[in-house]
Amino acid sequence: MRVQIGMSTQQTLLIFLASLALLSAVAFLLGRTKASQARDNGQHMHSQPGEYGQFAAVAVALPALLAGGVLVVLETFGVLELAAGLPAWVGVGAAALGMVYGLRRIEPELRARNQVETVIRWLLIAASLVSILTTLGIVVSILFEAIRFFRLVSLWEFITGTEWSPDAVFAGGQGQFGAVPLFAGTFMITGIAMAVALPIGLLSAIFMSEYASPAVRTAAKPVLEVLAGIPTVVYGFFAAITISPYVVALAEFIGLDASYKNALAPGVVMGIMIIPIISSLSDDVISAVPNSLREGALALGSTQAETIRHVVVPAALPGIISAALLGVSRALGETMIVVMAASLRPNLTANPLEDMTTVTVRIVDALTGDQAFDSAETLSAFALGLVLFVVTLSLNLVSTVLVRRFRQKYE
Amino acid sequence: MENREQAVKRRLTRRHRASRWFRRISGLALLLAVAFLMFFFYDIISTGWSAFRQAEIQVPVSYTEEVMEIPAMAVPEAYEELVSRGWIRLLPRQMRENPDLLGTERREWVVASAPVDQYLKGRYATLDDEQRALVDQLQASDQVRLGFNTGFFTHGDSKIPEISGIWAALVGSILVITVTFLISFPIGVMTAIYLHEFADDNWFTQAIEVNINNLAAVPSIIFGLLGLAIFINFFGLPRSSALVGGLTLALMTLPIIIISTRAALAAVPDSIREAALGVGTSKWRMVRDHVLPLSLPGILTGTIIGIAQAMGETAPLLIVGMIAYIPDAPSSFTEATTVLPAQIFTWAGMPERAYTSRTAAGIIVLLAVLLTLNATAVYLRRRFERRW
Repeated sequence: MRVQIGMSTQQTLLIFLASLALLSAVAFLLGRTKASQARDNGQHMHSQPGEYGQFAAVAVALPALLAGGVLVVLETFGVLELAAGLPAWVGVGAAALGMVYGLRRIEPELRARNQVETVIRWLLIAASLVSILTTLGIVVSILFEAIRFFRLVSLWEFITGTEWSPDAVFAGGQGQFGAVPLFAGTFMITGIAMAVALPIGLLSAIFMSEYASPAVRTAAKPVLEVLAGIPTVVYGFFAAITISPYVVALAEFIGLDASYKNALAPGVVMGIMIIPIISSLSDDVISAVPNSLREGALALGSTQAETIRHVVVPAALPGIISAALLGVSRALGETMIVVMAASLRPNLTANPLEDMTTVTVRIVDALTGDQAFDSAETLSAFALGLVLFVVTLSLNLVSTVLVRRFRQKYE
Repeated sequence: MENREQAVKRRLTRRHRASRWFRRISGLALLLAVAFLMFFFYDIISTGWSAFRQAEIQVPVSYTEEVMEIPAMAVPEAYEELVSRGWIRLLPRQMRENPDLLGTERREWVVASAPVDQYLKGRYATLDDEQRALVDQLQASDQVRLGFNTGFFTHGDSKIPEISGIWAALVGSILVITVTFLISFPIGVMTAIYLHEFADDNWFTQAIEVNINNLAAVPSIIFGLLGLAIFINFFGLPRSSALVGGLTLALMTLPIIIISTRAALAAVPDSIREAALGVGTSKWRMVRDHVLPLSLPGILTGTIIGIAQAMGETAPLLIVGMIAYIPDAPSSFTEATTVLPAQIFTWAGMPERAYTSRTAAGIIVLLAVLLTLNATAVYLRRRFERRW
């Protein structure tokens, strides 16, 4: 099932593509010449000469790529055993046949433009299938490996077990795969992040859309955008090197004991990362609330704050909730910050000053080690990935539905 | 009556006060976000700035026969801990390449060891008193200096902090982004063109659209799992390579490019399409000759933003194995490669303190690249934006 990408395969591919390009170019020129000669002889042609050239070029490239591609796919799946380089030769052969066919077909009645555009249309459809295939690939690959994992470990143990110690496999004993401490850590850090991001993000959005002068607004928006553009690995470094020691010092100051890998530091930094998500989406929905609502409330004598709190925010609430859900989904799936600043140790606790681990940390840990690919620990990464995928997908779907409902209301 | 009026007035004052407070608090929230950004940049720059300067030391170097066997013999014993081990290690090779060096003796400026570097920058350094005294003495006679750290930009990764650099990671990032761009840009633009200009509004189109919106919000680490399972385990592409990393990031960037291209296409008014169709152009020609050129700035803006995001991405690349130790810049798409964010991650995990400032310096370079890209995108949008 494996394709060996050796130097020879690469070279064959390059030579094949180069010769294909050359043949197509020749076909284009010949086709165009034939068509323009026919036109010069006074025949009425359906399309422009260049379009006949394109038709000939497509007649060369399409069968060649199809024939070569089908053979490579068949070989990849082990249906056929082929000599090295055979698909390329078959492809070139198909190209030559296509050239003969394409040039012979060039006649005044041939609707070359329509033919070429049908091909283009199919190319576009094929391109849009890639995104479907990506989703399918995610679902299939994760599901497949997760099922292999659940053959080794029962689903029930995975969801309800409170001990996660996959390394025990190497000590000769049985590894424990109870994911509850990982879920707890993930929710703890997500909770801290949202406690930071939601108030700051929402209030910033309110300030920008309700109070700020256009000048402040145009200055503040890019600042928040910069916050969104900082790579997560940078946030992770910042959380681990700068914020974590502050948290420990602060905890010591008020007489508490904090670990250097505490959950608070990555949580707070993750919250800062999520601020722009909340603020920009909330800004959009708050700005979309019609002014008549504000004017109505103000005319009845409410103060500006009361208008915002009792009229504008409730009107924008579905959008705000959907922004919050997207923020939660980002926090759940965030990896680098927790990999760098949170701990590896599964720890079931309610104290954010202790070290805790998350789902994403264990996924990275399981896949960057030296374990064999079918060991239970490696497979557990896919089971965790499946949970993460399902949860974030549901959050996104709910959020999309909310936004859509809300939009319809004012349009 | 008097009482009631006073009560209303009191309540009114209270309500106005509450209103003012609400305004202040929401302004404070925005200020907090801005202040955080300032602190963040201050912190990173102050940590990383010093790594752009590197301690160099002038030492007498004697190129004797023994140096070929024991490179450390080239410098006097007192200096042995003060010069970089990375430099010492390269001496035999240097002598093999320049046989004339044999038997000569000269004073040379060489890269100092990390403890000297840290000591000169006023940080904690693992030097004993004697070594400190020597460095102080050398400094007094201008035989130690802090020069611009060119090595940081021209070396690859190293286990010796003072000679480690970002060159290999920069080249790796460029290779990975090339693959990402070559895959995601054409496919993304074609998908958007199909969905916006050609497709009928049926279940198939809607399925693709829902799907794209969801893909845009899938955590990036999931794409790493996909890359591992499909590209590496199923198709057998080489692990850690720029090819696999680029393909994985391409799938991640695709939805961003599709969504922004769709927005750019939607901004072109229908009158232009109708005019083109009205004079008898075919649909594809209308798109190619009229709609696409007009929406190109918007498409490029979205693409640059997507590419910048891919450039800063780490998590999926860790999963497909791009945290290998790469001392030399890769020269092909199938070699083991590292990228800038992954290099930052690796350095951040190093125990030696000298790596901390290098990590921050790497971050400064990465942020400079990303901010330049994003600023270009904003400029493009401002410069070419057309209101119809």
